[in-house]
Amino acid sequence: MAHGPAKGLTRWLYTTNHKDIGSMYLWFSFAMFFLGGIFALVIRAELFQPGLQIVEPNFFNQMTTMHGLVMVFGAVMPAFVGLANWMVPLMIGAPDMALPRMNNWSFWILPFAFAMLSSTLFMTGGAPNFGWTFYAPLSTTYAPPSVTFFIFAIHIMGASSIMGAINIIATILNMRAPGMTLMKMPMFVWTWLITAFLLIAVMPVLAGAVTMMLMDIHFGTSFFDAAGGGDPVLFQHVFWFFGHPEVYIMILPAFGIVSAIIPTFARKPLFGYSSMVYATAAIAILSFVVWAHHMFTVGMPIAGELFFMWATMLISVPTGVKIFNWVATMFKGSMTFETPMLFSIAFVILFTIGGFSGVMLAIAPADFQYHDTYFVVAHFHYVLVPGAIFSITAGVYYWLPKWSGRMYNETMGKVHFWLAFIGLNVTFFPMHFSGLAGMPRRIPDYNMMFADWNMISSVGAVLFGAAQLVFLYNVISTILSGKKATDEVWDNPEGLEWTVPSPAPYHTFTEPPAIK
Amino acid sequence: MSAGTYYVPEQSRLPIWASLGLFLTVFGAANWINGNAKGPYIFLVGGLVFATVLWSWFSIVISENMAGKNSPQLKRSYVMGMGWFIFSEVMFFAAFFGALFYIRNLALPWLSGVGDGADNGLLWPGFEAEWPLLTTPDMAVNGDAATNIGPGQSMSFPGWEGMLGWLPLWNTLILLTSSVTVHFAHSAVKNNNRKGFNIWLGLTVVLGVVFLILQVEEYIHAYHELGLTLQSGIYGTTFFMLTGFHGAHVTIGTLMLFIMLMRSLIKGHFKPDDNFGFEAASWYWHFVDVVWVGLFFVVYIFG
Amino acid sequence: MLKTARRLCAWMLGFTCLLAAGGALAEEVERWKFNMTPGVTPISQNVYSLHMQIFWWCVAIGVVVFGIMFVSMFLHRKSRGVKPANFHESTLLELLWTAIPFAILIMMGIPASKTLIDLYDTEKSEVDVLITGYQWSWKYEILGEDVSFFSKLTTPTDQIEGHASKGVNYLLEVDEPLVLPVNKKIRFLVTANDVIHSWWVPAFAVKRDAIPGFINDAWAVITEPGIYRGQCAELCGKDHGFMPVVVEAKSEADYQAWLAEKKAAAAAIAELTEKPFTFDELYAKGEEVYSRSCAACHLAGGQGVPGVFPALKDSPVALGDINHHIDVVVNGVAGTAMQAFGEQLSEVDIAAVVTYERTAWDNNMGDLAQPIDIYNHKQGK
Ligand code: HEA
Ligand code: HEA
Ligand code: HEC
Ligand code: CUA
Ligand SMILES: [Cu+2]
Repeated sequence: MAHGPAKGLTRWLYTTNHKDIGSMYLWFSFAMFFLGGIFALVIRAELFQPGLQIVEPNFFNQMTTMHGLVMVFGAVMPAFVGLANWMVPLMIGAPDMALPRMNNWSFWILPFAFAMLSSTLFMTGGAPNFGWTFYAPLSTTYAPPSVTFFIFAIHIMGASSIMGAINIIATILNMRAPGMTLMKMPMFVWTWLITAFLLIAVMPVLAGAVTMMLMDIHFGTSFFDAAGGGDPVLFQHVFWFFGHPEVYIMILPAFGIVSAIIPTFARKPLFGYSSMVYATAAIAILSFVVWAHHMFTVGMPIAGELFFMWATMLISVPTGVKIFNWVATMFKGSMTFETPMLFSIAFVILFTIGGFSGVMLAIAPADFQYHDTYFVVAHFHYVLVPGAIFSITAGVYYWLPKWSGRMYNETMGKVHFWLAFIGLNVTFFPMHFSGLAGMPRRIPDYNMMFADWNMISSVGAVLFGAAQLVFLYNVISTILSGKKATDEVWDNPEGLEWTVPSPAPYHTFTEPPAIK
Repeated sequence: MSAGTYYVPEQSRLPIWASLGLFLTVFGAANWINGNAKGPYIFLVGGLVFATVLWSWFSIVISENMAGKNSPQLKRSYVMGMGWFIFSEVMFFAAFFGALFYIRNLALPWLSGVGDGADNGLLWPGFEAEWPLLTTPDMAVNGDAATNIGPGQSMSFPGWEGMLGWLPLWNTLILLTSSVTVHFAHSAVKNNNRKGFNIWLGLTVVLGVVFLILQVEEYIHAYHELGLTLQSGIYGTTFFMLTGFHGAHVTIGTLMLFIMLMRSLIKGHFKPDDNFGFEAASWYWHFVDVVWVGLFFVVYIFG
Repeated sequence: MLKTARRLCAWMLGFTCLLAAGGALAEEVERWKFNMTPGVTPISQNVYSLHMQIFWWCVAIGVVVFGIMFVSMFLHRKSRGVKPANFHESTLLELLWTAIPFAILIMMGIPASKTLIDLYDTEKSEVDVLITGYQWSWKYEILGEDVSFFSKLTTPTDQIEGHASKGVNYLLEVDEPLVLPVNKKIRFLVTANDVIHSWWVPAFAVKRDAIPGFINDAWAVITEPGIYRGQCAELCGKDHGFMPVVVEAKSEADYQAWLAEKKAAAAAIAELTEKPFTFDELYAKGEEVYSRSCAACHLAGGQGVPGVFPALKDSPVALGDINHHIDVVVNGVAGTAMQAFGEQLSEVDIAAVVTYERTAWDNNMGDLAQPIDIYNHKQGK
């Protein structure tokens, strides 16, 4: 039981240790974030000016598709799973994840899946070019041959996510230290419990969607073909039944991270813990009945439009509860603004802005104008980049000293924050304007009336990308040569993870800790 | 909740090999489907690697349990793992059932120019929504020139006269019975009745195999006599997708139960208070059974 | 208010203005446009005011929430020596901030529902237009008038590739716009032939997905004559960015004149079908048809895109039986992107393009198809 890490490469290949696996997940997702970012830079470079300069339209579509897929499935989801691996056992006083070998399997599927997905870029006919939402029949009858590889990549990624989620649920429900009742669990654990439930519920539905595609493409079925009695819109219903919960999968754990950080730096307990828990559950439940807000223009019956509009708007209520709770936590605290806190505050503000544009999109008649324009692109980057990405960044700065035993460079952290903050707003804010002015999404070229906003966006993207280089450098130099961190790291933070030494020993809580 | 000492397994080669096996399997399958001659070989090698890994993985889990390394807590984790896995399967099926529901209740009436899709009649004049759908929209409009040809006949309830020769009914009876027999096997093992366990479990496996044989029989009948194929418009599509996907699950379930039977017969595994391996397989079997009952109603009876 | 905001933006971003001014941008292009158009139909104006109303609600909520945050970030910071309070619950507050957003949502939702119901009311239309999306053009049919035509992008490749300066309507110009009368209730029936497209004219607040095999509808009463431009709003493959929508709204009289003109033109084309052409005539016309209708996929040099669109240079079809070649072009290849051009192109055009393909790019077949052959082929001969 007392064994430490093995030496050499096999430590990583054969590991069953939640900390090792967590680290691998995090590095993998970081790599994917850069890969997806490079695709985004290709998009932004082509859109810097009107006219076709750099890439062919078909390749542009491949970039858009791969950017979306890699960011969603490669960067954000694995990063959250990595954080769960590291932190959930530490937070609930468990020695490891419930099913350690399966844990490693969930991870190792991913590099293979993404290698297969990326290899499509080099196949004849090119990579998938039908958008990350892969609507049929563009993705079936009219797809390049590489779509088959894409389908199987999604299948095994889904298997990985489901196994990861099962592991997390079993860990949380079964491995808590005695006395750690459900309502004593840190918010991060709660949000992940609910996220894992969402994952198990919707990843199989995505698998169903791609399976139907596979059948239509290769086995002559007619799920999405009206001539045989099917319906292309059926694809969209199945996809979004997965897709909408998916976007909350990408934000609920973020809520958990921010709920850990804000109290620490406000030096005040989290406001309204139990309403936070209920709000998270409410968001998850509602997320199953709003999917068709992505489909307001497909010609649903009016009753459907009204239902999905109202249900979608309702989600603002529990989400608002969370925002207000965070603000109330800060109120009358004694705040300091270290890097994790800066990212968390930016999260609250910018995510709220993204939420506001979400509410505007939810208004069905107005969505007829917004839909498939850059206004939507602005919306989802505001909830995903300062939402998911900023929260992950905040979490990394917050827990890195615990993981590595070394303190990151605060000045560099602040430089990273401000560059990223400015870069992000310069990139994505103008997209609201170009979208409202009428620029459709997924186009490689546009009329001159959109030129100014696009040029600004492209400049911002380079700035934001450069900021990530600072991040990379900061993380590496911390691990290699940062100052020693104390065990508590911060000023009296809440949570079991701070009761173990820094760096956290290879095995923690082999004896369950006592819970107050 | 008793945490006690927790067994963290040593390093394991299994996961990475399992990933490699899985990858080669799907990579091979994709190449194969796309007409690459190397595809089948890659697929086969991958499948072999994957099967080998699974085999040794389960062996290790079993021997750990026999060696008494598994704490009650870890056993609970396995139970939860299986439970949530079955839930994920439920959702997988839900996607296909949902598709069937949408097609029957919304898409087809719309295509025929009823209700909210009143104008679709312009595109598909003469098309009428019916279920089972024997005349596809394409056939309604293009007649003999159509490429989406519906089935000659459907698999639906043939009426009381033809009932005895109706395979789905027998299949339903078989699966329902097998759920009962597997339950008896469970009671037997709990009462430490080894012989009863083997007999009831063996019977379940036999019933599973018979079900599969009849299912194949039914498919042959469909393909050769009813003109009902995967390509027969949306009726053939949903019929084969749902029953085929279910059939794949029966195959896996039968295999699981068969392995449990061998473990009991050859190795004498399973104790009255420690038989989760078997129990997991039986849960899976019950799940597959419940899905069939759903299928029986929506695909055959109300089909 | 909006004016000031606009000026502010322009000022703040002057730096990029300078950058852009270097390029040869036409003056007429409206720049720094940052809001939705109010449009020229009753619905579009409703949608616009709904949009603004919800926007201001969001601003108001933002001011309160961010205001409190900034105040506490300023006042309650450790560097000012404050000691943290310890409260972490207040049922009253929590009830309030559940109830107030709820009330706000109801206030947003009621006018939204009204507009939505209005938007769905396509009854009692006076003109019906059937719109079909193709990869990558739109087909318009005025129902009951026997007028039907395709509408395609006309922006020259030179402009797209930057060899010529871009016109004001760069990428938003077509060969034949849809012409509609003003002040009449027009109903759009939208569908597609291959993949999903979406027919969008911002000035009408009409955006309807064109689903192959299904028809969706929408309506508009255009209150002002003018030219309105929009774009396809659903990813439909390679040239999704290159399939604009242009609608010209005219007075009733002008609209009737246009209809008559269209019908006359169709009759003239039918007449041409009878007439034999020389090889050179066909070849020259074929080149033009090819670059307009085929080069999008098979590329100007006939080399295609490997794995997606086959090459026509050295293609067995172009070098084989001419009847089969005609058949592929007229009827397309079912289940692929190769659509049936029989209904898109006139007999003359098809004869020309087939003739062209068989001789261009060193295919050197030298044979030709006459319009009458195409006509006969369509009749099943
Ligand atoms: C992390 C991911 C994430 C999150 C959290 C959200 C959150 C929300 N989203 Fe978003 N969305 C996406 C990711 C996300 N979305 C993506 C990726 C797409 C595009 C997919 C594609 O097509 O490619 C999309 C698209 C999308 C659409 C479809 C647009 C279109 O294609 O036409 C709609 C429409 O309703 C929508 C709505 C909403 C709403 C109402 C919320 C709500 O949850 C927001 C709630 C939050 C707030 C409202 C702010 C805080 C609240 C208060 C301060 C309380 C008071 C407020 C009020 C009373 C208004 N989203
Ligand atoms: C979590 C998800 C996520 C994240 C983080 C991002 C991040 C970014 N996205 Fe992404 N985006 C999506 C999810 C995401 N996006 C999705 C789902 C779509 C829809 C796809 C579809 O339509 O199908 C989309 C679509 C999308 C579009 C619209 C494309 C189109 O419609 O054609 C654009 C356009 O600008 C864009 C830009 C960017 C940029 C500039 C970033 C930046 O934040 C990226 C920053 C990162 C880097 C730049 C990499 C790191 C740095 C380096 C590699 C160093 C080198 C760089 C420099 C020195 C500059 N995205
Ligand atoms: C939207 C894309 C697209 C456009 C536009 C298009 N084609 Fe095609 N074409 C295809 C595809 C895809 C195929 C391959 C079909 C198949 O798989 O058999 C094809 C095949 C062909 C073939 C058969 C070639 C062979 O070797 O099999 C001919 C001839 C042809 N097209 C002519 C034309 C002509 C003439 C036009 C214009 C009037 C045109 N195409 C426009 C996509 C297109
Ligand atoms: Cu047609 Cu996009
Ligand atoms: Cu959504």
